[in-house]
Amino acid sequence: MALKKFVVGCFEDEKVLFPAVEKVRKAGYKFHDIYTPFPVHGLDKAMGLRDTSIHTAGFLFGMIGTTTAVTFMTWVFTKDWPVNIGGKPNFALPAWIPITFELTVLCAAVGMVLTFCYICQLAPFLKRHHFHPRATDDLFVMVIECSEKANEEELKSFLGSVGAQEVNTQVAEEGWWIGKYDEEQELYKEPNIA
Amino acid sequence: MIKQQFEISAGYKKWTNILLGVGGLALVLGIIFLGMSKDEVAQTRFWASLLQNSVFFLLIVNASMFFICATTLAHGGWQMAFRRVPEAISSLVPVFGLLAMLVFVAIVFGHRHDIYHWLDKEHVEHDPILKGKSGFLNPTFFMVWSIIAIGLWSFVGAKMRKLSSEADQPMEGEQGAKYIVKNTAWGAAFLVIFGLTVGSTIPWLWLMSIDAHWYSTMYSWYTFVSSFVAGMSLVVLFVVYLKNHDYLEYVTEEHMHDLGKFMFAFSVFWTYLWYSQFMLIWYANIPEETVYFKPRMQGAYRGIFFLNLIVNFAVPFLLLMRRGSKRNYTTLTFLAILIILGHWVDFYQMVMPGTMHEHYSLGWFEFGILVLYAGLIMHFVGKGLSKKPLVALHHPFIKESTIHHT
Repeated sequence: MALKKFVVGCFEDEKVLFPAVEKVRKAGYKFHDIYTPFPVHGLDKAMGLRDTSIHTAGFLFGMIGTTTAVTFMTWVFTKDWPVNIGGKPNFALPAWIPITFELTVLCAAVGMVLTFCYICQLAPFLKRHHFHPRATDDLFVMVIECSEKANEEELKSFLGSVGAQEVNTQVAEEGWWIGKYDEEQELYKEPNIA
Repeated sequence: MIKQQFEISAGYKKWTNILLGVGGLALVLGIIFLGMSKDEVAQTRFWASLLQNSVFFLLIVNASMFFICATTLAHGGWQMAFRRVPEAISSLVPVFGLLAMLVFVAIVFGHRHDIYHWLDKEHVEHDPILKGKSGFLNPTFFMVWSIIAIGLWSFVGAKMRKLSSEADQPMEGEQGAKYIVKNTAWGAAFLVIFGLTVGSTIPWLWLMSIDAHWYSTMYSWYTFVSSFVAGMSLVVLFVVYLKNHDYLEYVTEEHMHDLGKFMFAFSVFWTYLWYSQFMLIWYANIPEETVYFKPRMQGAYRGIFFLNLIVNFAVPFLLLMRRGSKRNYTTLTFLAILIILGHWVDFYQMVMPGTMHEHYSLGWFEFGILVLYAGLIMHFVGKGLSKKPLVALHHPFIKESTIHHT
């Protein structure tokens, strides 16, 4: 549990967001994250994120599946319980390919999903701070953590100058917690029309 | 500077002529020493090899038109940046079709029952299985259906290429939408024809009838995928060549990545079909079905049988899996050449066990004809590319291709 101070800039359009991302990078600020309502092509590159390693993880999970399937079936059909099936050799590799394939795909897929959830810290009942209720709807929300190098006031005026329509500071929990959202943290609020 | 027009360079011409020269020499020597030889085995080798090569190369150039029509029907835009390359390759269909027809005429009317033993009328009379199939496996149907198939591929292909030329002129207003509809209609027509020929009957006639007693319902799909993945590799080779010579400025790593995905995905699909055909036969273990795999797996072709799996599945699967290798020209070129050669060997093991039996040879003549076809491809594709601008600048989907992002 660690509360941190973030400066949040909201953008209405990707066309404004992309040049802003570039300027923020050039100014040397580090992104906490950018929340978008839909996957934006090329944003990872613009932010300077490294390539994901999830495919390497997927390959390794797949290999675990392959070896599990082959070694288990070899043990069962040749050592533990050899049965003569239609006169086929006990070590009947062609017949095992479907199961090997299934287990490879299953392990790779499930392993990758779990790895992804772990990296993103997503799980049922876990709560995370939402920087803006419209981030999942129609707003691009850029979040930068305040630090010694990133002064709050400077950051706010900088984000305003690169085209953010709404800039504010939020002190928020960085990680996850189990429990409830407080009043201001409700995911959806009726707009206050006076 | 944007280079819109392909010019055949001196180096390209030189290599084309070298390949054509070597291949031509191999053909002439083959006619003298094999085709006109008194030795039965040498004659069979001559015709079987010509059959393998003419069918293989006709099907892989035709796969280019399949790619164009399939992407057209899917309203895909990403391929527009290099679409003129598969178009130029598909313009070879009439040429290779003619060459294949020459080989078929010589085999069928020369009564070469060492290649297709259903050509031996007397034998068919005493063979209930072949007699039952004689409504399909007879010289008339074989020739007529081959001519219809090659004719339709050439005709609809030519129509698609002509439509593509229209996109060199600016289009106004609704013209673009009409143009897409027209393209889609002709593309759909081609795919229906393709399904009735390459997807089913043509491989039965040209290749499966070599082992006339045996049949497999997976065979045509298997042959089609084999030719399609090799055809995509051929497209990759030409796109990489053009990129290296500063053409096709709209083609980026993203397009190469997608082409690499085609090579990867269809290598895996080929394996899937190979396995589906093999596994049922292996499991059921019925003599009339296993007769096909007996010489291939346990006989003289054992080495080629396993080489086929390594080159066409294991190597592309492991090497093309990484994202980086699909975006790297060197690995793509290496794997494209490997896949083309691999599927050439695949066709080799479809043709040879039924014709040459255990006396097969993989020597100067087989590779000579391969080189001859490579030369022909370079010659005609170079000519086809230089005829038109390399990019159809006014095609409605061109913008989609230039901003393509995977």
